[in-house]
Order: sequence, then structure tokens, then C-alpha cells
Amino acid sequence: MLTLYVPRDALARALGADRVAEAARAHAAARGLPLRLVRNGSRGMAWLEPLAEIEIDGVRHAFGPLSPGDMPALLDDPASHPRALGPTEAIPFLARQTRLTFARVGVIDPLDLDAYAAQGGLAGLRRALLLAPEARIEEIKQSGLRGRGGAGFPTGIKWATVAAAPGPRKYVVCNADEGDSGTFADRMLMEGDPFCLIEGMAICGLSVGATRGYIYIRSEYPDAIATMEEAIRIARHRGLLGPSLLGQGPAFDLEVRVGAGAYVCGEETSLLNSLEGKRGTVRAKPPLPALQGLFGRPTVVNNVISLATVPWIMTHGAAAYRDFGLGRSRGTIPLQIAGNVRHGGLFETAFGLSLREIVEDIAGGTASGRPVKAVQVGGPLGAYFPPSLFDTPFGYEEFDGAGGLIGHAGVVVFDDTADMLEQARFAMEFCAVESCGKCTPCRLGAVRGVETIDRLRAGDPDALPLLRDLCETMKLGSLCALGGFTPFPVMSAVTHWPEEFDRARVAAE
Amino acid sequence: MLDDPAAARLAEILAAHEGLEGPLLPILHAVQAEWGHIPDWTVPAIARALNLGRAEVHGVVSFYHDFRDAPAGRHVVRLCAAEACQAQGGRALAAALCDRLGLGMGETAADGSVTLEPVYCLGLCAAGPAALVDGQPLARATPDAILETVRC
Repeated sequence: MLTLYVPRDALARALGADRVAEAARAHAAARGLPLRLVRNGSRGMAWLEPLAEIEIDGVRHAFGPLSPGDMPALLDDPASHPRALGPTEAIPFLARQTRLTFARVGVIDPLDLDAYAAQGGLAGLRRALLLAPEARIEEIKQSGLRGRGGAGFPTGIKWATVAAAPGPRKYVVCNADEGDSGTFADRMLMEGDPFCLIEGMAICGLSVGATRGYIYIRSEYPDAIATMEEAIRIARHRGLLGPSLLGQGPAFDLEVRVGAGAYVCGEETSLLNSLEGKRGTVRAKPPLPALQGLFGRPTVVNNVISLATVPWIMTHGAAAYRDFGLGRSRGTIPLQIAGNVRHGGLFETAFGLSLREIVEDIAGGTASGRPVKAVQVGGPLGAYFPPSLFDTPFGYEEFDGAGGLIGHAGVVVFDDTADMLEQARFAMEFCAVESCGKCTPCRLGAVRGVETIDRLRAGDPDALPLLRDLCETMKLGSLCALGGFTPFPVMSAVTHWPEEFDRARVAAE
Repeated sequence: MLDDPAAARLAEILAAHEGLEGPLLPILHAVQAEWGHIPDWTVPAIARALNLGRAEVHGVVSFYHDFRDAPAGRHVVRLCAAEACQAQGGRALAAALCDRLGLGMGETAADGSVTLEPVYCLGLCAAGPAALVDGQPLARATPDAILETVRC
């Protein structure tokens, strides 16, 4: 019996994985070949997708990128296939990673709960059930885990606040509104190892005394929605979720809620409003969601990756996680390498790699073969880094010190054809489209920002000081990160590529 | 105009969401799945069922990009307009598609065949430019690949 793995991940499907799987099935049926087809998550090497794997002597061997026409020859004689890449885990891009949160993604059938348990799944929840409530939260505090959605707030402290908050009803809300361009870690985790997120949320609920959780997934992720919903159904059926966690703990149940195309709903308070069925406008803080969150109840709002890292920490202990990392950035971070790169995809590694190592060694430079001009880190609210800052090590404080942010750890590479004035204009335009409208600096500032950059382009000498001033106002006066951080991409472009903002003025003179 | 089968179907949708906490977005998604947009006549009925004002429901409908006030074309092409796809030729792809379809971004063809609209990130950023064509993901998208899907 031949075991063939073909990913069901959305990116693999977007490159033809379904047709590859169908071709394999058809050929096996025609030849009477016994075939076990497993639709796994993606290993995260985008340039090799669709990447299929075949077990040879108990070792998984990779083949890719594949087209349906490759499948007959591949099934008949894998060893000599021209697309053979050797043992999957020896591929340098994978071999160099430290996969803790993503240990099972791409390895197992995401909806096979037995495979999940066989690969270390549920061990974290089982241990958490044996610990005293304070000990559970202490474990997360000691691990040094910080919010992977971008804000970097210590997860354990948030949990402790909710645990200590009085109230008969508390919630766990998973922020799966992964709207930042260049990020896909949440999507891959939900599509590739949904039980890991469920387990993390269950541990969270157990720790803070919440019996109900919501996963707010953006509508742009139809595959992740379907996989999470199915996984929750299976988890309920098997007694993992429901009236008693694993039949031993208190009640805990989950529900998927689907966003509706508003980027700002990735901000935790507008997400809560959206979950309540309201316009996704930002709430002023305080009160903190930890004290008055969903429906006014104490609520943990954590990103997918933060929650999905909890089972590993519970299983292996805080110290094992804390041992990885740099400075106050402990553990691992799933980098998402995107844009104009040769080797894009998901790369989980300890904090501390330099941007240069990420862009040049791991990503292999640009796909176009042209020089790298700029790297935007942390999504549409993140700064553009020029090559002169590529020695910046990947960590929360380190990026802050360099005038940027790591955000959700998306790394988007641009070659030398990028027009930085155009990128700055887009940042303002995006903010204008997505602003919730609640605060003036963001609602009006973004519109004025687009106009001001257009004036700059037309050669107006007064426009640049005005743009700086406007960015300062947005930064200091906005209610949330959308208005407050849009100045990062804008001002980083102005600072590092001043000639592109001056060209029009010089030409006009 | 409100015909009886449609009203009955809406009543079914509302009943199916009874007991949910914060049911408005799930209801609106279900309404749009049924009629392809949020028909005006559904708003008062939804408001009544949830004990909300019509303005509140309208406010929610109009806040979110996903909810349509008119049905989309038979095919819907959602083209990623965000940075990672821009770095991989996304702007050129958008211009070529607009040109070949004779549409601007956010427009529906006069014959109702296709709607072309921007989307800000599909999470396929390592193999852009990306699109969602009738709900199916497409990476390293080209005008030909998208038009082939739309024309069949």
C-alpha cells in the first residue's frame, strides 16, 4: 500500500493540489494500485507547491512542484522521478527551522484526531487538567509567551487578569482575523492543525474559568473556516469539547464566527463589537477587554498563534520554551516570507535571526532576480526597511528600536522596481478604506494623507512638512493601531528613500 | 416586493439563529448566501426579530465590505490588492484584468456575467498575485487563468 500525501492547504489548492490528488487517485484506480491518499496541511514551502510526499521505508520523501501529468510516473516509480526532492525533512528550508507551534502542520491529516494525539496532541490539555489553576497560568507567564497578533502583550498576564476578574461568565475569543498582507500563519495553522488551536483554547478556558469560546475567522479564508468548523464538530463528538473537557474537566465549547471583510476587526475591541453583531468600530480602552470584553464579560482575546503555542508549552514546560529566543522575545516565531522572493513560505524559528539572514539566506533574495529594495515587516501598518537596516535582529524591542514593528511577523520583500511614494500612498489609501470612522485622526487623516502625497507627487514644496505633521497627529491621536501605525510605512518610506519624495519637487523647480 | 416564499425563507433563517449570542452577522451571512445580497425588504424583518432599530441593522450592513446591496455577477473575481501581491505584479494584473473585462475595480459587467473587486489579502502571499474566483483560491494568477474560469 502506497501512502501519498497531497496538501489540502489553500495555497497548495490555489496551485492545483486538488487536480494533482485527483490525477493520483484516477491513475491508482486504473492500475489497480492500492493507494492511501492523505490530504495533509502544507509544509509551508510555497515555491514547491503542490508538494506531494510518499513514504519510502518509513521516511517521507517530497516531490514538487507537481502537475497532474506528473502523477502516473510518480506513482509507478517514485525514486527516479525528476521532481524528487529527497527526504522532506532534509530540505534545507525545513531542516533549519525550529517547529514547535507548527510541529504537526503538513505532517498529519488535520481532521484526524487520532493522528493528532499520536503526534503529541492533547498532552498539554491532559497536563493542564492535573495542575492547579494558578499553576497553569504561571506556566504560561514563565514561558515568556507574548501576543503573536502583533501587540506583544504577555499572554500569561492577560490570562491572570481574566482569571482574577469577578463574574459568572467569561469568554475566550480567538482572533483569527489575519488581515495583514504578507501573513498566513493563522490560516496555515487552522487548515493544517485545527485541533492544536482547539486544545490551546480549551487550556485557556480551563485556566481563566471560561466555558465558552469564539473563533473569529475572516471571510477571506473559506478553507480555514470549513476546516475549523469540521474540527470542532469532531472534537465535540469525541468528547474533547462539550459538557466536560476530555470527560475530566469543566464544560467548554467553541463556535466559529465569520468576519465580513473589515480589516479593522482584527483590532480586538472592534472584533468584539463585530462578534456582538455591531458595526466593527473600535472601543476606547479602558475598560480592558480582560475585564469588560465580549457582552461586557471578562474576555481573553488572543491571536491564533498565541493560543496554538499553549499546548506545546503545557506539554514541554515553560523553561523549554523560554530557552529559545532573544532578549524579551522568548520562544519561536513563525515568519511568513512573502512578496518578491525565491523561497517564500512559513519559517518557524527562534527569535533573533537578522533580517538579512531571513531575506538573503532563507528567502534566497528576490524571485525576479533583481536587487532587494525594501522589506515591509508586520503588514500594512509595518515599516519599510531598507538594506542598510538588515542587521536588525528579529525581536519585538529590536524592531521597535529600528523604527518598525514585527507585527504578526509577515516579511514582504520588494525588488528595485518598487515605487516608495506609491507604497506610502497605498498605506494611506488602505487606512482610508478600512478606517472604522470612530476617531478623527484616522478617518480624516488617511484621506488627507492620500491628498497630501498626491500634492507631493505633483511637486508642491509645502506638502512634505504637512505630511510629517499629519503622520505625527495620526500617530498620537488615533484610538487604535490602524490610524496610529499607518504612519510607520509612510514615514519609513519618506525617511529611507527621501529622493523619491523629492524628485517631483526637484523636477517642478 | 415581498413575496410569501421569500418571507417564509427569511423566517426560517431567523428561526435557525435563535439562541445564538450576537446573531446579526451570522444572519446577514445567511441572508446573503440565500439572495446574493441583503435585500432591502429583509432589513425591517431582521430588525424586528432582534429587537433592533432598522437604522441599526442598516448601519451594520453598510459597515462591512462583504455585504452587498445588489447581487454580484454570476462570477465573482476578488483580486488581492495588498502589498505582498503588489510586490509580485499585482498592480499590473489588476490593470490588465480591468482592461480585458472593460470594468473598473468594484464593478459588475452590464450583462451580469462577472464582478471584479479588490480584496485585501487572501493569505496566499508567498505565491502572488492571488485571487479568489467564485470562492476558489488561485495563486500566481494571470489574466488568462482568471478569464478562463470566468468564461466557462
